[in-house]
Amino acid sequence: MTVSRRNFLRGAAAGCTAATAAVVAPAPAEARGNKELPPEAVGLLFDATMCVGCKACVVACKEANGLPIQVPMERAFEDPSQALSPTTFNIIKMYKDGEARTKDTAQDGFSFIKRSCMHCVDPGCVSACPVNAMTKDAKTGVVSYNADACIGCRYCVMACPFGIPKFDYDKAVPEIHKCQLCNHLWKEGRFAACADVCPTGATLFGPVTKLLEEAKRRQAMEPGTVAKFPRRSTETGDQTKEKPVAKYVDHIYGEKEGGGTQMLMLSGVPFDKLGLPKLPERSYASMSETVQHTLYDGLVAPAVVLGGLLAATYRSSRRKGGEEDGSHE
Amino acid sequence: MSKYESAGGKLITPVTLFLGALVAIAAYFVLVRFIYGIGAQTPFGAVTNLNDGYSWGIWVVYDVVIGTGLACGGYALALLVYVFNRGEYHPLVRPALLASVFGYTLGGVAVMVDLGRWWNFWHILSPGYANPNSVMFEVAVCIALYIHVLWFEFSPTMFERWGWKNAARRVNKVMWVLVALGCLFPMMHQSSLGSLLIVMGAKVDPRWHTMLLPALFLLSAISMGFAVVMFEATLSAEGFRRPRETPMLKKLAVVLAGVLAAYLALRFADLAWRGQIGDLFKGDFLAGMFWLEIALFALPIALFSSSSLRESPRALFIGSVSMLLAASLYRIDGFLVALTPNGDEFHYFPSVPELMVTIGMIAFEVLAYIVLARVLPVMHAHEAHDAVPHTAPVPAGD
Repeated sequence: MTVSRRNFLRGAAAGCTAATAAVVAPAPAEARGNKELPPEAVGLLFDATMCVGCKACVVACKEANGLPIQVPMERAFEDPSQALSPTTFNIIKMYKDGEARTKDTAQDGFSFIKRSCMHCVDPGCVSACPVNAMTKDAKTGVVSYNADACIGCRYCVMACPFGIPKFDYDKAVPEIHKCQLCNHLWKEGRFAACADVCPTGATLFGPVTKLLEEAKRRQAMEPGTVAKFPRRSTETGDQTKEKPVAKYVDHIYGEKEGGGTQMLMLSGVPFDKLGLPKLPERSYASMSETVQHTLYDGLVAPAVVLGGLLAATYRSSRRKGGEEDGSHE
Repeated sequence: MSKYESAGGKLITPVTLFLGALVAIAAYFVLVRFIYGIGAQTPFGAVTNLNDGYSWGIWVVYDVVIGTGLACGGYALALLVYVFNRGEYHPLVRPALLASVFGYTLGGVAVMVDLGRWWNFWHILSPGYANPNSVMFEVAVCIALYIHVLWFEFSPTMFERWGWKNAARRVNKVMWVLVALGCLFPMMHQSSLGSLLIVMGAKVDPRWHTMLLPALFLLSAISMGFAVVMFEATLSAEGFRRPRETPMLKKLAVVLAGVLAAYLALRFADLAWRGQIGDLFKGDFLAGMFWLEIALFALPIALFSSSSLRESPRALFIGSVSMLLAASLYRIDGFLVALTPNGDEFHYFPSVPELMVTIGMIAFEVLAYIVLARVLPVMHAHEAHDAVPHTAPVPAGD
C-alpha cells in the first residue's frame, strides 16, 4: 500500500498526540517530600570521641542476634570481623592519619567509627523493595526485613547509601541480613545490645528526640568541660563517671543526611574521612517516588497515552482495508 | 500488504551446533547456581563475582537492562509503522518482532536465574506483597505483561505455519489493541529501567545520575530498537543469502539519526542545567568513558546524515553497531562503572561462569532466531526474487 502524504500527516498527528499526552498528563501530580520521623522513633547516638575501640559491641551484637562468635566477650577486641557481612551487623572501624598520635583529630590522629544500619527516616531500601520485605515500623521507625516476602533481587543492597544490607551469595536459600536494633529483645525489656554493653557510653540507645537533645548538649559544651554522660540508654538512668568533653566537628551526622537517620553521630574528625557519605537533605527515596508517582499515580498518564495509541493504531488498521485489518502484515 | 516467507535451509550446521554447545555450557552453570547459590564456587571460579558493593552484575545489566533494550526492535517499528503510520517499513516488522519475543522472554528467564529467592517471584505480582512505590515493581509488572503481548503479536506467524487460519484471523482482528499495548508497555518499563538508578543517589556519579534518567533511557531504547532492526536485516541478508533491504534501511537511518540527536541534545542540556559540564573535562577515567559513549552515539549521526553514505550497506551496518555499543555502554556505565559503593572496598568484574551464562543466553537467542526464521514465515518476501531455495510465500493479512 502507498502512504499518501495526507494519511501520513494524520497518523503522525495521532502519534504526536500520544507522545504529548505522555509528557503533559503527569503535570498535576505533586512531588513527594521527605517522610517525617515516626512519633516514637528510637535509635542510637554514637559519639566517636567516647569510643575506645574495644569492640565489645561487635561481639554483643553477634551474641544478641545468634551470629557465630569466635572470641569470648572479655577478649572482644580480638574479634576478627573486618567488615559488615551476613554474620556481622555492627562493626567498629578505625580511621588513621600519618603518625596516628592524637585521638579524634584529623591530622596525625585517629578515630573509631561504628557502622551499622542507620535506620533512615525515609529509607531507600524500603522504597526500593518491590515486595515489602523491607519495612519501616510506623511507630518506632525500625527498618526490618522479612525473608518470607523477599524475592532476593538485592535492590535494597543497591539502594542503601550506607552499604548496610548484606546478602548470602553462597547459599541456595539466601537472605538479607542487617541490624534491626535488637527489636526481638524489646519484649524482654532489653534494648540494642551494642548500646547495652558499651562501657564508655559511646553508643547510647533511646528515643531519637532525646538523643538529638543530648547530641546538641554535648556540642554546646566548651571542649574540656568536665561532665557526666548518659550510658546504655537515655531511659535507664545509667551515667558515666565525670570526664572532659571533646572537641567536636560542628555537625551531627544523621540529623539531616538523606532526610535524616535514627542513628546520630558525633565526632572530632570530619565524617567524610570516617567513610560516611555526603548526602543531600532530600531523601533519594522521595526523588525516586516523585518520578514514579508523577508517571503512574492512578495510572492516569498511562491510560491517556494508551488512549492516544489506540486511536492511532485503530486508524492505521482501518485505513488498510481488507479482511484482516490491523494485522501485523 | 507485505508477504512473508520462511528463510528455509538446513537446521543443523556448524554454526547452530556451536551455538548449541554454548547453550549447554551455560545450562551447566545455571544448574550449579540453583543448587549452590549465585556466588558459589565451581572448578571454573565463582558462579558470579557479585558482592554487596556490586550486587547487580552482567546478569542484570546485560541480560535484562541491555537485553531488553536490544529487543526493542518490535517496539520501535510498531511505533513507526502503526502509530506514525509509516507503512513502508512494514516488511521489517516480523523479523523485528521475532527478535523482540526472544529478547524479552530470555530477559525474563535471566531475572529468574539472578533472583536469590526466585520461588517467591510471584510476590511481585500479588497485591498482598507488591510495593507500588518501588521502581522494580513497575519494571517487573510491565515486562511480565509485555512478554505476553509480544507472544500474542507474534502468534499469527506461528498459526500460519501450522495452518490455523481461523486463530490467526482472530488475533489479527484485535491486533490494533495488541500493537497499542505493545507500544505502551516498553515506553513504561524502558524508562523505568533508568529510574532504577535514581534511588541509588550519591553512589552513581552525578554525570550519570539525573532525574531525567527515565527520558534518556527511553530515547536510547527506541534508538536501540531501530539500530537492531538495521543490524539484523543486514546480518539476515548475509547469513540467509537474501536480498538486501537497503532502500528501507537508509530511510530508517534518517529516523534513527533524528532520535539520536534528540537524545544527545537532552543529555547535554541536562548536564549543563545541573552544572556538570566542567566535570566532563576533568580528565578522569569516568570522563573518558563519557566521551567514548558520546563518540559512539555521534558516529551514526555523522554517517547517517550523509546521503551518499546512506547508500552503503556497510556504513549502515557500522552505524547501527556503533549505536548499539553506545547505548549498551551507557547502561553499563550507569549501573556498574559510574557506581561507587559505600562502606568497604568493592570490586567487580564478571567471573568466567557468569560470562558463560550470559554468552549462552545470547547464543540461545541467536540459535532460536536462526531456527525459527528458517521454519516460520518471518522474512519479507521480495516480489521478483532471485534468492535461494525458498518455501512458498505465505500471504498474510492485507
